[in-house]
Amino acid sequence: MAEWKFTAKDFAQIPERFASGHRACAGCGPAIAMRLVLKAARGPVIATNSTGCMEVVSTIYPYTAWRIPWIHTAFENVAANAAGIETALKILKKKGRLKYEHVDVIAFGGDGGTYDIGFQALSGAAERGHDFLYVLYDNEAYMNTGIQRSGGTPLGAWTTTSPAGRVIPGKTERKKPIADIMVAHEIPYVATATISEWRDLVLKARKGMEVEGPAFLHVLAPCPRGWRYDTSKTVEIARLAVETCIFPLWEAENGEYKLSPASKKIALKSELKKPVEEYLKTQGRFRHLFKPENKHIIERIQKEVDRRWQKLLKLCGIA
Amino acid sequence: MAKIAQKVIALSGDEAVAYAVKQCDVDVVAAYPITPQTIIVERFSEYVANGEVDTAFICVESEHSALTCCLTAAATGARAFTATASAGLALMHEVLGVTSGCRAPVVMAIVNRALSAPINIHCDHSDSMAERDMGWIHIYAENSQEAYDSIIQAFRIAEHPDVLLPTLVGLDGFVLSHTLENVNVLPDDAVKGFVGERKFPLVRNHEGKMIPFKLDPENPLTIGPLDLYDYYFEHKRQQEEAMKKAYEVIRQVHEEYAELSGRRYGNGLVEPYRLEDAEIAVVCIGSTAGTVKTVVDELRGKGVKAGLLRIRVFRPLPVQDIIQWLSDKKAVGVMDRACSFGGNGGPLFHEIRHALYDLPNRPPVTNYIYGLGGRDTSPHLIHKVYQDLQRIAETGRVEQLVSFIGLRE
Amino acid sequence: MSPEYKGWKEIPIAGVCWLPSTEYKTGDWRTYKPVWDSEKCIRCMLCHIYCPEGAIKYNPETDAMEFDYDFCKGCGICANECPKEAIEMILEEKE
Repeated sequence: MAEWKFTAKDFAQIPERFASGHRACAGCGPAIAMRLVLKAARGPVIATNSTGCMEVVSTIYPYTAWRIPWIHTAFENVAANAAGIETALKILKKKGRLKYEHVDVIAFGGDGGTYDIGFQALSGAAERGHDFLYVLYDNEAYMNTGIQRSGGTPLGAWTTTSPAGRVIPGKTERKKPIADIMVAHEIPYVATATISEWRDLVLKARKGMEVEGPAFLHVLAPCPRGWRYDTSKTVEIARLAVETCIFPLWEAENGEYKLSPASKKIALKSELKKPVEEYLKTQGRFRHLFKPENKHIIERIQKEVDRRWQKLLKLCGIA
Repeated sequence: MAKIAQKVIALSGDEAVAYAVKQCDVDVVAAYPITPQTIIVERFSEYVANGEVDTAFICVESEHSALTCCLTAAATGARAFTATASAGLALMHEVLGVTSGCRAPVVMAIVNRALSAPINIHCDHSDSMAERDMGWIHIYAENSQEAYDSIIQAFRIAEHPDVLLPTLVGLDGFVLSHTLENVNVLPDDAVKGFVGERKFPLVRNHEGKMIPFKLDPENPLTIGPLDLYDYYFEHKRQQEEAMKKAYEVIRQVHEEYAELSGRRYGNGLVEPYRLEDAEIAVVCIGSTAGTVKTVVDELRGKGVKAGLLRIRVFRPLPVQDIIQWLSDKKAVGVMDRACSFGGNGGPLFHEIRHALYDLPNRPPVTNYIYGLGGRDTSPHLIHKVYQDLQRIAETGRVEQLVSFIGLRE
Repeated sequence: MSPEYKGWKEIPIAGVCWLPSTEYKTGDWRTYKPVWDSEKCIRCMLCHIYCPEGAIKYNPETDAMEFDYDFCKGCGICANECPKEAIEMILEEKE
């Protein structure tokens, strides 16, 4: 696969397939992710979303922000949606009833619809090897229903169902390593990305579409409402997640892990790795951790981040 | 008089369904196994593995995904089929509503089986009765022959541009699904000619263009939006309109098929049996109708004016046919193979009573809940029903509105 | 901004959407408005890339960043990310 080369100006000319007029909150990280991923489309494409923020904001009847064919059915089955579309395209082509050489199928799911309720369908679709790209836009909680905790919510975070109370200070469980789980499914391509490293995200989305078989792209997409920060800081916070190694960027082609440039430079020069506090202090959902009685949680978070970082470095062949 | 020559093959109900699907040029079959539907998907996967069909077969990881895959495949332009029963149908309940709301013409065979708990693998109608209100067309077969015929008709009905509603064909678990019957099958090209190719009605998209109703990059459209309280009601009214139109489409498709195959089931909606001059009538769905017909014949032999109204299509409810055949009866007994707990009777009973309610002289209608969880329903039991109906006809008095028959007290 | 309500006979089946989102002007959501300085701007395209609304476009003919105020929600990401501080968020005065 030749790498797609483009200048920022070229990129700016690509038409928006996720158009303006959608009702996402001001400063919405997932909306940026949607726009960028869809700009990476290389030809005819059909998309599908699980129930969630991006589905709701883009299709408040009778308005639609989608300039490509799109379907939404339910919450837990976007991967099955994609499986049905992909299968239909394959068989219609085989029977000579499809006018396209190839149509890319993209499934968009939030963390709720992917880590938790949607996992079964995702795992099944991955096992069956359907040719589609699954994009997880991870805002780390069930945001559309009002900031409830999901399997993707990080350790210590406040959510409405893991509130920072007197007895229990936020979420006590760790974030499920969803991308690693998808690597364990032995699918051809898995990658993590975020909106601040836009070129990395776009290239990975393109790669995910090009790969034959299931591809999984985990995109960290900050949410000003749920993470409690000023709307202008969305991209900045995504960048900090990478710089603190809370959300390292990597890809795994056929199970071979490789660090992406933004994380690779930190691996090679560990002074660049910022302490987790730099990230945590920017968001209101972690504010309670800065009370003296909760400081140990910050330490625990740092330890977890370091542990996963070391594990990742080993997988990437960097001692 | 059959128009076309047919072969006779010994097939169980499940095998007959698989055979029909094979002939209908189905593009996508999604399958998850559940007793007693397993033979449908097993037989079909053999056809696929042997290259006898040009169909993509997806072994999904749950029934919920089975129907989802069929729904989105249909939305993409493919003809899609799946089959399930009992708990599997219950699991995909949510998606039934979505499929109907998205107007995807999926056909699904339901091998009627009891719902849990306790878990039971045998026949009753509780599984599909629980899906009454989901906007699907319900067709119930009395025997494997009818299951075969109904699957073929179902594609035509579901895909009709005036209808565009998903359709289920119910066949009794084990009683029909697993027992061999001589089934007359049409030649392959006759079936293919009958079902034809999918046609796509035009809809207005967000570009203001009238485009074919399917997911196609050349003509993008958005299916499955968020409706607020300003439009949801109108969308539901559209589904109701489709149900209204379905009545006539079902009748016509049945008629056309009857000319082709030589087989008819009443007018396609209901099948009356010795009902014209009957005084007492039983109403039921499914294979038990076969047993009732035997009992009717026995009673007629003794001079009792007994008859049967078999409900073939439950949704849309054929109200006018129910009125036409039952209004002048002296007593009507509705046999329900499902119980609506706390509802003072079973679902079919409720609906038959409702259909007859506005008549100036409506007949007494009583309910006999039977056969739950595969409880055997012998002619002896049905004789008891007719005896009760006779008593009611003679005395004009109903002793017990709702009874459970064949139950050990 | 809501379209005139139509009856069930007039609307497409299956909830197919019949208006593009661009008919719904989200611009009236904002409090702060981005103002672009073409002198400071180096045409890096980051504002276009990072705008959640896709409301900033580059016009190659005029070599200008065009801000579509019909849709800009005033989040301020563009101003925050601009490497040359060529965008300033100004409190919008409304009549």
